[in-house]
Amino acid sequence: MEALFLLVPLSVLLVGVAVWVFLGAADGGQFDDLEGPGWRVLQDDDRGSEAPPGAPGRF
Amino acid sequence: MNQRCLSACHHCGLPAPANSPWRLAVDGVEQPMCCPGCLAVASSMAGLGLGGLYRQRTGQASAPSALPGPYAEQVALLSVEGVRCAACCWLIEHRLLAQQGVLEAELNPASAVLRLRWRGGAGRVDGFIASLAAIGYPACRFDASGHAARLERERRLLFKRLFVAGLAMMQVMMYVFPLYLASGGAAADMDGASRRLLQWAACMLTVPAVLYSAQPFWRGAWRGLRAGRPGMDLPVALGLAAGFGASVAALLRGQGETYFDAVSMFVFLLLASQYIELRARCAGAGLLRRLRQGQPPVAARLDDYPARRHATPVPAAALRVGDHVLVAPGEALAADGVIVDGATDLLLALLTGEPLPQPRAVGERAPGGAVNSGQPIVLRVTRVAAQSMLARLAGLVEGAGAAKPALALWADRVGAWFVLALLALAVLAFAAWYPASPARAWEVAVAVLVVSCPCALSLAAPAALAASTARLLHEGVLVVRPHVLETLARATHVVFDKTGTLTTGTPALARIDSMGPFDRAELLRIAAALEAGSRHPFALAIAAAAAAAAAAGAAAVASEAASEVQHHAGAGVSGCVAGRAWRLGSAPFTGQPAAQGAGSRVYLADGERLQAVFTFSDTVRPDAAATIDALRRQGCRVSILSGDGPAAVAAVAHRLGITDWRAAQLPQQKLAVVQALQARGAIVAMVGDGVNDAAVLRAADVSFAMGAGSDLACLQADCVLLRDRLGSLATGARAARACMVVLRQNLAWALAYNACAIPAAAVGLLQPWMAAAGMSASSALVLLNALRLRRAPRQERA
Repeated sequence: MEALFLLVPLSVLLVGVAVWVFLGAADGGQFDDLEGPGWRVLQDDDRGSEAPPGAPGRF
Repeated sequence: MNQRCLSACHHCGLPAPANSPWRLAVDGVEQPMCCPGCLAVASSMAGLGLGGLYRQRTGQASAPSALPGPYAEQVALLSVEGVRCAACCWLIEHRLLAQQGVLEAELNPASAVLRLRWRGGAGRVDGFIASLAAIGYPACRFDASGHAARLERERRLLFKRLFVAGLAMMQVMMYVFPLYLASGGAAADMDGASRRLLQWAACMLTVPAVLYSAQPFWRGAWRGLRAGRPGMDLPVALGLAAGFGASVAALLRGQGETYFDAVSMFVFLLLASQYIELRARCAGAGLLRRLRQGQPPVAARLDDYPARRHATPVPAAALRVGDHVLVAPGEALAADGVIVDGATDLLLALLTGEPLPQPRAVGERAPGGAVNSGQPIVLRVTRVAAQSMLARLAGLVEGAGAAKPALALWADRVGAWFVLALLALAVLAFAAWYPASPARAWEVAVAVLVVSCPCALSLAAPAALAASTARLLHEGVLVVRPHVLETLARATHVVFDKTGTLTTGTPALARIDSMGPFDRAELLRIAAALEAGSRHPFALAIAAAAAAAAAAGAAAVASEAASEVQHHAGAGVSGCVAGRAWRLGSAPFTGQPAAQGAGSRVYLADGERLQAVFTFSDTVRPDAAATIDALRRQGCRVSILSGDGPAAVAAVAHRLGITDWRAAQLPQQKLAVVQALQARGAIVAMVGDGVNDAAVLRAADVSFAMGAGSDLACLQADCVLLRDRLGSLATGARAARACMVVLRQNLAWALAYNACAIPAAAVGLLQPWMAAAGMSASSALVLLNALRLRRAPRQERA
């Protein structure tokens, strides 16, 4: 049972890390468009690279 | 740019008085302005960090309005941040209406756009913005793309808050679960150290939910307190503070109940319902932005058209009436104009919601913002970009929905009192429970604060209205004035103000009079052969009639082909069919004396003499009968009040089965008829072309205008049918009824829920977490019920 005294604070820390990672991702615009990237996969690329304006470059 | 002579307005370029009292430092240099309007625009642009415009621009901006006199009425749109429910609207509107000279302040909670009307200089806008900031709502002048960007920023922030609250809620549940098990009197009783460990862990994770995620509630409550008008956020914030404070106190004391799970869940559920609402708002702002951006910023101007076809790219704002513009396929039209060369299909989806491309030929009007989906065309500009149909449409959409009908106002008023009553009740409940059990008293007070759903009450009306307006716009019905939905739902009479609203305005072949040896089928074939390929309205009517005849088997012979076809602009067409030379067109063109008479006629002559006369008449709109039927089924009486002659009106009325019609009515007579109907208690909906007979349209309880092709700026109607289809009217009436039904359902639900839940919480039947869940579910229910309105009703899709 003593392990709990280590594990419970660790889990609190872990949640903190998860929140930090998420905030970074949200600020990076990862959650701005939750539908577009899914559709973009289905689009043909052979008609030139007309990326829609404002689309994140990293996709 | 900075060395321009001092007597020109820095913003619009108009002459400014040499000692102009309106001056502004732009890029460190004092610049003169011609009027307070320009000064306000320039200073607000500087405030927005857009001052760079003056360095980069290539032309002058237009002056914001004619020189505003000190007592002229001013109108401005502001976009306001931090609007979350109707209580915010109420607060903001009352704050502004309390200021001297403010005539109207209407905040649309769905789009967070504030419409202000006031007397006194245009410069007062800055004062209004400052007074909004003073009560905690940052605001700025409305501009569609900035507005959407702000909403997007707000959405991102709320999403982060929601996520943090969700994560905290889930993890806190995990820590609290063993505590519940242990306190349930199970076998393994927990030792004090473990219990405190778990409670501390739960506390650690509730802190970000309370301090970060719940910030909007703290701010809202503080705002309400400072302005002396408590809003919905106050009970929420009090509930949160009470729950969290009591838990922390118990934790520090080492005894007593903790409610960390309830607190974090409460925050999450509340934020979730707000997030849904904000997404709906973003969708509304997206529509506006699309409208604003529908017009392209540049256009290809043909400078020496038709001598040379050399295109120069120019800013769309620099186009002037009479310029010729080349529009390539796939491009949007930069301004309203008339097609002078080329026939094409135009996609008007942005303007009318019509999904299919519409054919347009030489001589036809084409609105700016339409997308050319066919061939390249040359357009002669008839209206500059700033006054184009699209710009006016965007203006109308901005104004639309900004005001609320009476029922919504009532909910706002009730909501404000409701909060006060609720606070009093929570204090009473606490006082009543305290002697029996202090711990229980906290719980009950928190539950009372949390369970009440003023949000549902205040969301009920705006959500339904916003959803209905959005859906109507999707159907091509633009609601301009707020009372439309309410009044239309009660309408008992539908009066068509013009025969033209029931007919298409495009001719159909009514009669063929043969003057020679040919029979009608032959004449029709000859005419169709001559007119093949032409897009003149008469040619289309002949082609349609020929196709109908062929389909009916009347013309079993193969259709003829014409050779040597020549089109004579404004006169007719000549060509050879079956070895004979024909001329088809106006009376002079075929060598006839100009005849007069009702209806439009086209003459067909061979080389020697007149062979036939084709008579055309206006056609009834294809959906007119169905619309009138639908209106009748909804319990409306349909009648026609027309200024046209009795014969024409009778024909239309007869074909549509309308028995109640009056022809040759003067505007005063129409007005008298409408007023007589109203005196008998009827609610009159009037359908007109929106431009003439403004008095009658205004006298009617609710008025509709056929918007397609008419000048939107002149419209007097409450509601505009953007698509050239009468069917929108029936759809609109149905949507209005549906909206009022949902609105009443929502209000009834909110009232019933509160009537049951608050007493239950006060007598201690509800745990705080149940209260939080019930409150959130109630808000969500109201929102989802409203969102139903966005869907097309079933019978329409069939």
